[in-house]
Amino acid sequence: MKTVTAIIKPFRLEEVRDSLTALGVHGMTVTEVKGYGRQKGHTEIYRGAEYAVSFLPKLKLEVGVSDELVGPVVEAIAEAARTGQIGDGKIFVAPLDQVVRIRTGERDGDAL
Amino acid sequence: MSCKSIVLRLAAPCLVAGLTLAPAFADTPAPQPNKGDTAWMLIATALVLMMSVPGLALFYGGLVRAKNMLSVLTQVFAIVCLAGLMWVAVGYSLAFTNGGALNDFVGGFGKAFMAGITPASNAATFSNGVVIPEYLYLAFQMTFAMITPALIVGAFAERMRFGAVMAFTALWSLLVYYPIAHMVWYWAGPDALADAAKAVAAATDAVAKTAAQAKLDEAVADAGMIFKWGALDFAGGTVVHINAGIAGLVGCLMVGKRIGYGRELMAPHSLVMTMIGAALLWVGWFGFNAGSSLEANGTAVLAFVNTMVATCAAALAWLIVEWLLKGKPSLLGMVSGAVAGLVAVTPASGFAGPMGAIVLGFVSGAACFIFVAYVKGALGYDDSLDVFGIHCIGGILGAIATGILASPDLGGAGIVDYVAKPGEAAPGDFVMATQLMAQLKAVAVTLLWSGLVSMILFKLIDLAIGLRAESDDERMGLDIAEHGERAYSA
Repeated sequence: MKTVTAIIKPFRLEEVRDSLTALGVHGMTVTEVKGYGRQKGHTEIYRGAEYAVSFLPKLKLEVGVSDELVGPVVEAIAEAARTGQIGDGKIFVAPLDQVVRIRTGERDGDAL
Repeated sequence: MSCKSIVLRLAAPCLVAGLTLAPAFADTPAPQPNKGDTAWMLIATALVLMMSVPGLALFYGGLVRAKNMLSVLTQVFAIVCLAGLMWVAVGYSLAFTNGGALNDFVGGFGKAFMAGITPASNAATFSNGVVIPEYLYLAFQMTFAMITPALIVGAFAERMRFGAVMAFTALWSLLVYYPIAHMVWYWAGPDALADAAKAVAAATDAVAKTAAQAKLDEAVADAGMIFKWGALDFAGGTVVHINAGIAGLVGCLMVGKRIGYGRELMAPHSLVMTMIGAALLWVGWFGFNAGSSLEANGTAVLAFVNTMVATCAAALAWLIVEWLLKGKPSLLGMVSGAVAGLVAVTPASGFAGPMGAIVLGFVSGAACFIFVAYVKGALGYDDSLDVFGIHCIGGILGAIATGILASPDLGGAGIVDYVAKPGEAAPGDFVMATQLMAQLKAVAVTLLWSGLVSMILFKLIDLAIGLRAESDDERMGLDIAEHGERAYSA
């Protein structure tokens, strides 16, 4: 099992969710985050005072998947989140030791 | 008005028109308030209160960071309440009664705690034979005494302790606002001058003439120092805006810069609130400026129109200049320009013609932008919400421009001579150089007095209870540190 963590542009969320649903992934967690990378930031000006705003709003999407689904899920997220512009985000894949569904006590593969 | 002057006034008409007219003059009742004037001034008074709460509170509140929103709202609301009570206790009396030996500078305690004022008492306006209820005049002027100290807090927002702000409000109102209001606005009123002047005209022999002239001189002298210089301030350029602006500058210099000023992002937390506040200020300002006519008359309408057009011009001026120099037309710039225009037109509103007011609007919007965006940065002081850059600079521009735009040659209303043709409020001689000098002196006195006394007050309060919040409290935000609550629960 793996955890797939994707940092994406906020307005691509619906596309990503649709393509993951099509793959049979029916759950995920989304957090509003701020990030800094190649996209840099933008400048805001208030009464002539300029502020460089470095951290931009992004969404962090986390989903636990079985090993055989990792490839298709990563592919689907990358496809759906891509705009071709700087700042499309990144996908991280990390090992996942254990999963428990709290309501039923099911474990691992059954709990995904 | 003394009994003697009534007798003298009667003498001439009796001789000319015969005895049949005498009873009519003898029975001429004291002027009574007109229902239209009273109704308008009640509304104007409520409009000026709306400028403070919620207008100014929201305008300022939106400009601070979310962690300090409630501190600004609390300060403005509490200042309004404190200033209101102080006004009826001593403020009205110190501003608008004769101060005896100190009458040039401040009034007396004759009407402290509203002594002697009843629903039947009346106050003079700017027209002969027109009065409004004195309670109404007191209430209208009260709203000015409320908003002026509230304007100041924008300069040191986000770092001064609540107790220090309130202590400063009380002392500054007492030592600066009431005296300056007295110096600029206190006078005997048109009827007192007209009656005394008629007495002089009616005096038949040299002895009576001398006595009547002495009475007239006394009536003319019964005014504040700046009023007697002939300085024009229709609705409070000096009394309200320069006065508050310089106090704010002194305050922000003495309390020091906010932690992180110039390094951290200190962006306004809600320009939506700021826009709502600015719009409420604009609407309320019609009470402020048009209400300062004290009557529902042509001067009030002139002030209304000037307040409208100067604000349009100033809002667009800031927007356009910022667009040209900084690349983008911003909402904050536009509403800041609107406030700058409102400030600048305040002293001129009943004197300038509308075209003059438009020019004043354009100049003030552009000038305040340049000051706030460039000069302030170069000087490096932390006036959080630009109280000095908008209210003091805009107020000075307006005060000086009033001396130019009041000229009848430029479409202005000129000045009124209540003595030359008693009872007719004839146009007086307008000499621009003289008028400008009077305006400059009024500006200088206000800057010096308010600046100096504010400096002493801030120092004393700092020694007594401390001006500045602890640095941990400042980082946490004054809402939680000072007031134990937060504006937005996440």
